[in-house]
Amino acid sequence: MSQKNRLSGGQLNRSKPLNFTFDGATYQGYEGDTLASALLANGVRLMGRSFKYHRPRGPISSGSEEPNAIVELRQGARQEPNTRATIAELFEGLSAKSQNHVGSLKFDFLAINDRLSSFFAAGFYYKTFMWPKAFWEKLYEPMIRRAAGLGSLSMQDDPDAYDKGFLHCDLLVIGAGPSGLAAALTAARSGARVILADEDFTPGGRLNSETFTLGDASGADWAKSAIAELSSLPNVRILTRTVVIGSFDHGIYGALERVSDHIATPASGKPRQILWRIYSQRAVLAAGATERPIAFKNNDRPGVMLAGAMRAYANRWAATPGQTVAVFTNNDDGLRTASDLLAKGVKISAVIDSRADGPAFQGAEHLRGAVVTDAHGRLGLSSISVKLASGETRQITAEALGVSGGWNPNVHLTCHQRGLPVWNADLAAFVPGTLPVGMVVAGAANGRLSTAGALASGAEAAAEALEGLGLTVKSADLPQAEDAPVRVTPLWYVPHKGRAWLDQQNDVTVKDVKLAHQEGFRSVEHLKRYTTMGMATDQGKTSNISGLAVMAEMTGKSIPETGTTIYRPPYTPVPIAAFAGRSAGADFRPKRLTPSHKWAAEQGAVFVEVGMWLRAQWFPKAGETTWRQSVDREVLATRGSVGICDVTTLGKIDVQGPDAAEFLNRIYCNPFAKLGIGKVRYGLMLREDGIAMDDGTTARLAEDHFVTTTTTANAVGVYRHMEFARQCLWPDLDVQIISTTEAWAQFSVAGPNARKLLQKIVDPEFDISNEAFPYMGCGEITVCGGLRARLFRISFSGELAYEIAVPTRYGDGLVRAMMEAGREFNALVYGTEALGVMRIEKGHAAGNELNGTTSALNLGMAGMVNKKKDSIGSTLSEREGMNREGAYNLVGFQPVDATKPLLGGMHFINQGAPADAKNDQGYMTSVAFSPSLGHSIGLGYLKDGAARKGETLRAVNPLAGEETLVKVVSAHFVDPEGERLRG
Amino acid sequence: MMRYSGFKVIKEALTGHKGWTPAWRDPEPKKHYDIIIIGGGGHGLATAYYLAKIFGKANVAVLEKGWIGGGNVGRNTTIIRSNYLLDGNEPFYEFSMKLWENLEQDFNYNAMVSQRGVLNLCHTDAQRDAFRRRGNGMRLNGVDAELLDQEGVRKLAPFLNFDNARFPIKGGLLQPRGGTVRHDAVAWGYARGADQRGVDIIQNCEVTGFKIENGKVLGVETTRGFIGANKIGCAVAGSSGKVMAQAGIHRLPIESHVLQAFVSEGLKPVLPGVITYGAGHFYVSQSDKGGLVFGGDIDGYNTYAQRGNLPVVEDVCEGGMSIMPMIGRARLLRIWGGIMDMSMDGSPIIDKTDIDGLYFNGGWCYGGFKATPASGWCFAHLLANDQPHSVATAYRFDRFRKGLMIDEKGMGAQPNLH
Amino acid sequence: MIINHPLLGPRDSQEFVYLGDANLIDRPDWAAEGAVDTFHDYLYQRTNPAGLHQELWFHEQGDRSWLVVTRNTLTHEITKVELARDVARARGRSK
Repeated sequence: MSQKNRLSGGQLNRSKPLNFTFDGATYQGYEGDTLASALLANGVRLMGRSFKYHRPRGPISSGSEEPNAIVELRQGARQEPNTRATIAELFEGLSAKSQNHVGSLKFDFLAINDRLSSFFAAGFYYKTFMWPKAFWEKLYEPMIRRAAGLGSLSMQDDPDAYDKGFLHCDLLVIGAGPSGLAAALTAARSGARVILADEDFTPGGRLNSETFTLGDASGADWAKSAIAELSSLPNVRILTRTVVIGSFDHGIYGALERVSDHIATPASGKPRQILWRIYSQRAVLAAGATERPIAFKNNDRPGVMLAGAMRAYANRWAATPGQTVAVFTNNDDGLRTASDLLAKGVKISAVIDSRADGPAFQGAEHLRGAVVTDAHGRLGLSSISVKLASGETRQITAEALGVSGGWNPNVHLTCHQRGLPVWNADLAAFVPGTLPVGMVVAGAANGRLSTAGALASGAEAAAEALEGLGLTVKSADLPQAEDAPVRVTPLWYVPHKGRAWLDQQNDVTVKDVKLAHQEGFRSVEHLKRYTTMGMATDQGKTSNISGLAVMAEMTGKSIPETGTTIYRPPYTPVPIAAFAGRSAGADFRPKRLTPSHKWAAEQGAVFVEVGMWLRAQWFPKAGETTWRQSVDREVLATRGSVGICDVTTLGKIDVQGPDAAEFLNRIYCNPFAKLGIGKVRYGLMLREDGIAMDDGTTARLAEDHFVTTTTTANAVGVYRHMEFARQCLWPDLDVQIISTTEAWAQFSVAGPNARKLLQKIVDPEFDISNEAFPYMGCGEITVCGGLRARLFRISFSGELAYEIAVPTRYGDGLVRAMMEAGREFNALVYGTEALGVMRIEKGHAAGNELNGTTSALNLGMAGMVNKKKDSIGSTLSEREGMNREGAYNLVGFQPVDATKPLLGGMHFINQGAPADAKNDQGYMTSVAFSPSLGHSIGLGYLKDGAARKGETLRAVNPLAGEETLVKVVSAHFVDPEGERLRG
Repeated sequence: MMRYSGFKVIKEALTGHKGWTPAWRDPEPKKHYDIIIIGGGGHGLATAYYLAKIFGKANVAVLEKGWIGGGNVGRNTTIIRSNYLLDGNEPFYEFSMKLWENLEQDFNYNAMVSQRGVLNLCHTDAQRDAFRRRGNGMRLNGVDAELLDQEGVRKLAPFLNFDNARFPIKGGLLQPRGGTVRHDAVAWGYARGADQRGVDIIQNCEVTGFKIENGKVLGVETTRGFIGANKIGCAVAGSSGKVMAQAGIHRLPIESHVLQAFVSEGLKPVLPGVITYGAGHFYVSQSDKGGLVFGGDIDGYNTYAQRGNLPVVEDVCEGGMSIMPMIGRARLLRIWGGIMDMSMDGSPIIDKTDIDGLYFNGGWCYGGFKATPASGWCFAHLLANDQPHSVATAYRFDRFRKGLMIDEKGMGAQPNLH
Repeated sequence: MIINHPLLGPRDSQEFVYLGDANLIDRPDWAAEGAVDTFHDYLYQRTNPAGLHQELWFHEQGDRSWLVVTRNTLTHEITKVELARDVARARGRSK
């Protein structure tokens, strides 16, 4: 099909024809076209189906407010549902499909819904589908769901990248129409740092779509020269294809730049889109206005469109939706469409003006005091019925009808911080009310609808903003332009017994609003929710105000009395991927690697996520087929000789100052004041509510110098907590703290040969014999010939063990040196699984036990809470509920039948009692297979557990329908006397 | 009393829909009621409904400052579930779930209770063990729960990111009876049911003060004049602090925070039920209209403004893209914010206050929607009988003083972490 | 939101971690009569004002200062930002 509805002129690059397909058919357009303008030029008006009734639909707008012409753009993994054809830029090879039909776009089987529409009135589903009860889930809902939705996802991963960026400016100008350009010029010439953002690919706004002149130039040319000037200035950044999506606190705006949506695939290394966070001192909202339709019977026929859009297609895109067109208006602006299309050589069959007293129109039949009562042509408009002033009805031929019901200022961004727009009766429209701090509104967005008014108010708005910043304003030299007053006589709908459409995508009609009123859903919010008006992808940009007006008429109140509706971000829909940017998939969160990561990877370690860290979980050896084989070997080798483990991930906090000891004394529930220099002590830290927050060891390296460790998971939170105590609770304690987690690589060296191994790398002047360096000793030493190190004799495994720390950059070297030194002992490195097994064998609590609900008493550490001093959490741990009978105690469990495995998360039930919540005695927190004992072991919380050692209980796992008998034992399974760690 | 049915819908369709009447009356406030409920949200309307239906108290008014259902029941992610961990909570939420399951027939309104499952994903062995503890706790309470391994999750949701995720999926805890409900319809159904049983629902009636004498409440001052009552129940969620301050109660174990929620453009069906991500905070379902409805963390600072900021929007979408990258080209359509009454342990309060005749229902955090039926029933029980309902005995003010916190997340006395 | 750090100037609130009401500075005396009650009030009871709110923010991605920010909970307008240490001292806290 040739471009039979292509006109002359326009802002197209006719030397660059572009081929594209729609529903499989091939067409041609030009560079500068949108998908909608190119289809219209090719004589295609039918572009989609509505949501509920599957009515055939064509575009009603030429912008982002479009409810009807939404398509699936592109193919394969780049398929993009619900894309507005009216803003999709044409590119060579573009392919698009219509959506939401069964069968073809022309013959949609679900159009049956339209025939049955009287059964599907607003809210019908709330009143039915309830009987029989089971049918809702089995029949009704699946049926409704199958019909739901519009476009479809490809279900593939998006191959494109999305970036995020941050920009700062004195003035953000939102919209590059006449007012935005005037504002940007004023600010730029005054030396302010300006960002000008516009959603279109060609800045200029309505200037590109109108035939007005500005001074001697056409609107489009003036816009071009303004942009040229702005582009030449170093203090201006112009963002085209960039929609400002939201206004947030303190002058922060979100904006989406469509970097690559106008080409087939993004250039190499370029993102598809960028989400900008713009920090502005001031903002001028110059977002223009959106035309609103007048509802009448069948006003949704393809070919019926907004008058302003019709002349935008003609003037900017040189396209007309039909060879013979008519215009229906209630205001002067609509008449411009008729004159512009006439000038383009399009036949105007009639100009219908609902006002009896509207201005005269030359060049076509002019019917004043008349209204359109019906539209004919199922898949595309062929004629309209017009009720004349005389009362007689006439049928008039028209392939397209331009409708103008007046213009609504685009107040959306003024509402994002809950500002309410106010009614302006002269314009018959809402204009901005309360504004976000720092925002000024200009031009049509502020109700200044003439070109001269827009230019002037843009300059004024910029001046106001700049003065607020203390900048000197240079007056902008603005051209002469039309300054026609707004003359509109409100007409929201033409009364008729047929269906007149308000929200075209969601199929909400005037009748639905009336029904909502009849059933008491009269507030705007009830109206929207009951009828779904304004809930579609266009968010009611062309329907909300009209629906409100119809409701106002029903209630007999004025529009402002009936209510107003505010808008929420985003201004237009934004791909979810754009908000995520690069923080998705494997890059969702940063990855932290331990100092021995490279070495571990060389050994073929299996890694596991621990918080942000990747830690070696175990080190499989040739021939091992299950993880248990590796872990058992690592445990036995460590307990049998020596094992090394990277424990760098534990939080490390350096505490220094004359009051350091007193500070720690208040942070931990157990005392620290008298800890000797060169000694380490275990500490239990409570939250102020008396619940265990964290635990770890603290070493005193000097009178005024401590090193405290935290668990991996709580490192950040504990540091924050300590800073809170230091700065907010005891600001005059002379103590400084800093996190040194990243500064030191730390390894545990455990097992009977641990000392022998270390003696080979610790420099000889340091005596680490049992006498000189006993259990819970610590010191600053050197290793490997002068390398600064810290040595702590502490044990998580229960073995003779040390933790040795060196500056992080030597961590890799240290693990290699230790492995070399340990060769004669068959030393190995063990992973987190073996670490876990050994700590369970030793009965140490860890993350599974410190779950944020357990007190010192639950942990069996009530005696540690020193009542003779103030420490965080000690007071509130005295509350009766935390000391009640039958509280949970941490105890050990082993299966009565040693061959039976245990599982974390089993619950305990007394033998003979039914397995139900009433008889729940507690739960298993951690389990392991103990290679040292040859059977499974577990830790868990048991009601009154400390007094129940020796009891046999049922450990139940109803999720799997399993249970096993367990014996309550001490949590210290291995070396309960602690002889090994002191050896 | 008009009864809704398929037959009625057909009849009206054939006769021009002339027979439909208002879903609830628009009465003038009386001078005095036995019981006044402040707050025409889900909990307040449900309370009124059960007061009338179950507890025989029809001389009841619901006072709503704006329009009913305009608070959190009108802006949430519509999820219902009873997969709680702690003894204080689980029986209550299961009671709620059972009420959901019979709700529509009960109040003759189709709220589209859709039990298509709630799946919580786990990403570490420790998380799986915690899920096993929770799932077994649910089972011991007689509640449905299934622990899935990775293959089980894959069967249910093959589109999840199993291969390229930062935090791989190890399995999940599924509650098959969990699901979603059409949220607005809950408010409307309760309102209609309460109205039909004689309750006065009074919209655009803001409480501006309390009349309290000798420690006993006598009524409320409102924008529509003084209204007397023997008992007053306050169920105003995020506005709890504001309203209770008018009664002279200036300190509560509650902070107001904003939770943002999100909906995408309509899409052909892709999600089987509700899915929650365990390594970031993200939960999502797909509405009957096709929109992906999702949410994540609260913004985290005290606020009464019903709007949030970009960092959380980005954080939530990052979570979404990590777990189900195929939603990337779907567009986010609308973001909205609701004010949450975040309590100090993340669990609610249904209790008497120190003022005789003044009762409080709040602290629902962002879990209030699923609790609506049980909250209404239990609050009605308390108002009618002056005794807590057996499943709500733990929801007392004094639990903090006594050290009997109900802290599902183990985060302590910091509301923005619950 | 933007927090105007007294030492570092305007910073995005995303660099900070929020704790809550600045009254958490006023930790009671553990040794006084009825300490459990006063600690309960201190830790659990909130005025939760609709309007000006003094609150604690920690500059975690920055200089690790705790700040007391005075912010309106209805508009989010920030009218004052102080170092929490200074506020604590002014409220009589010392060692």
